Amino acid sequence: MNTKTSLWSRFWSRGAKTPDHARYLRHQRTQTFWVFATQLLILIACLAFWEVGARLNWINPFIFSYPSKIWLQFLAMLGDGSLLHHTWITVYETLVGFLLGTFAGTVLAIVIWASPFLARVLDPYIVIFNSMPKVALGPIFIVAFGQGFLSILMMALAISVVITTIVVYTAFRDVDPNLLKLVRTYGGSRRHVFQKVVFPASLPAILSTLKVNVGLSWIGVIVGEFLVAQAGLGYLIIYGFQVFNFTLVMLALFVILIVSTVMYHAVAFFEKRTLKWKD
Amino acid sequence: MGFPTRFSAHLCLYTSEVNIMTAISFAGVYQKYITKSGETTALQEITLDIQAGEMIGLVGPSGCGKSTLLSLIAGLLVPTSGSVRVFGEKVAGPSPDRGYMFQQDYLLPWRTILDNILIGAEIAGRVTPQIRERALHLLEEMGLDGSAAKHPHQLSGGMRQRVALVRTLLTEPQIVLLDEPFSALDYQIKLQLEELVTTTLKARGITGVLVTHDLGEAVAMCDRIVVLSNHPGRIKRILDVPHNVRQRSPLAARETAEYHSLFRTIWGDLQDEY
Repeated sequence: MNTKTSLWSRFWSRGAKTPDHARYLRHQRTQTFWVFATQLLILIACLAFWEVGARLNWINPFIFSYPSKIWLQFLAMLGDGSLLHHTWITVYETLVGFLLGTFAGTVLAIVIWASPFLARVLDPYIVIFNSMPKVALGPIFIVAFGQGFLSILMMALAISVVITTIVVYTAFRDVDPNLLKLVRTYGGSRRHVFQKVVFPASLPAILSTLKVNVGLSWIGVIVGEFLVAQAGLGYLIIYGFQVFNFTLVMLALFVILIVSTVMYHAVAFFEKRTLKWKD
Repeated sequence: MGFPTRFSAHLCLYTSEVNIMTAISFAGVYQKYITKSGETTALQEITLDIQAGEMIGLVGPSGCGKSTLLSLIAGLLVPTSGSVRVFGEKVAGPSPDRGYMFQQDYLLPWRTILDNILIGAEIAGRVTPQIRERALHLLEEMGLDGSAAKHPHQLSGGMRQRVALVRTLLTEPQIVLLDEPFSALDYQIKLQLEELVTTTLKARGITGVLVTHDLGEAVAMCDRIVVLSNHPGRIKRILDVPHNVRQRSPLAARETAEYHSLFRTIWGDLQDEY
């Protein structure tokens, strides 16, 4: 028993340099472990309550479905390939919307940085468009761009472009003026100033808008699919709702949850790798 | 910390017989700033000749236009009237032959030390293997060997300001403008860098213009000191630093009697200004 205890405590304090360091490590690591364990417990408890509650009719199983039924639906749709088909369509729309939105927003920010006149001219338009709920434009997009991919893409762009422009342009403007002066003392042009200092200095801001834009593009794409789509996860939700198949709705929600989280972390990883010089 | 302390050889070079050419010449310079709320006169009737190879100090209360004078030499500003000439040529804009050292190092954190140093050459479109070679050699000379591939955050404040010095020197300027370059450093590091900058500029025959709030620094480093008064900025007095102070390193200069008396003179001059 004694050796067992010491083995256990040795596992938690592995790599320790001194007894005090060992105590510190043990404390830190057990703390981390319990945080994770509690998180897992909450998840399991919720799923268990949902499952049991639905089976015992505490909650309406028809409206809220329950985990095992969703799992069976998942297996069935995975088997016939329809789930991957719908997921891929939504992921594709989101990726295009998010990359194009970030790119267009950044380009617009560069243009107004380059021309202070244009920046002043466009300012009220940007403010108005930014404060407007873009989802309200849905019907206009459908009429203008048709019942399909283009409307969904425009919805994703409408939601992400302006905020990207604002954040990136603010980052451009907030670059330390002494850095601009540095380039100018070497006889550098405004173009040099942008290339050598303003753009690289704003890269952290641009990359962090990428993270925001992933979320915004998901909103745009799902709303777009609600309105027009014949395929995709947003379509599955609407379809499930219309035919009263709430298991399908829940399944689509879960898939969105997982894929959007994966996408967010992929972008966060890319950001960290690009900004290696920061640490 | 492997710091170069080689004074003896070059310090005797900078007495006046070596250079009699005028490096920088201000003739009747006025500078006005116009903003929404009106206009202010930053500089009034500035006439001043700075000899080649000389180190000149600009001291005065804030708002006396010290930094404006530097910007005029650098070509970042155009005088409202009067003329600024560098080696006889009217200043038409910034150029790599006039180097500028800032209050802080302003190294670009995303670039390595070597790439930071090369920025001037990059802007001029002249990054050659020879320039890289010279950059590495200069780093070594400043006691920074082995740091070329590092990033700025890995270096201490003093090392970073030495990197900034290398960056300034790499374009081989004839004039170096020093805008309180030591004000953000610890006192000890500041003294070391004063010595390094003085020896380096003198050894290369570079003309230096030092703006500083630290009167002691001005006396210890410079050949002449221009005292400015404010609102508007005018030249109040130009003082020669005695030979005995000039021939010593900035640290040793602080121990001479002449250093203290000159310090008190400037102190007295500036008392009237505040």
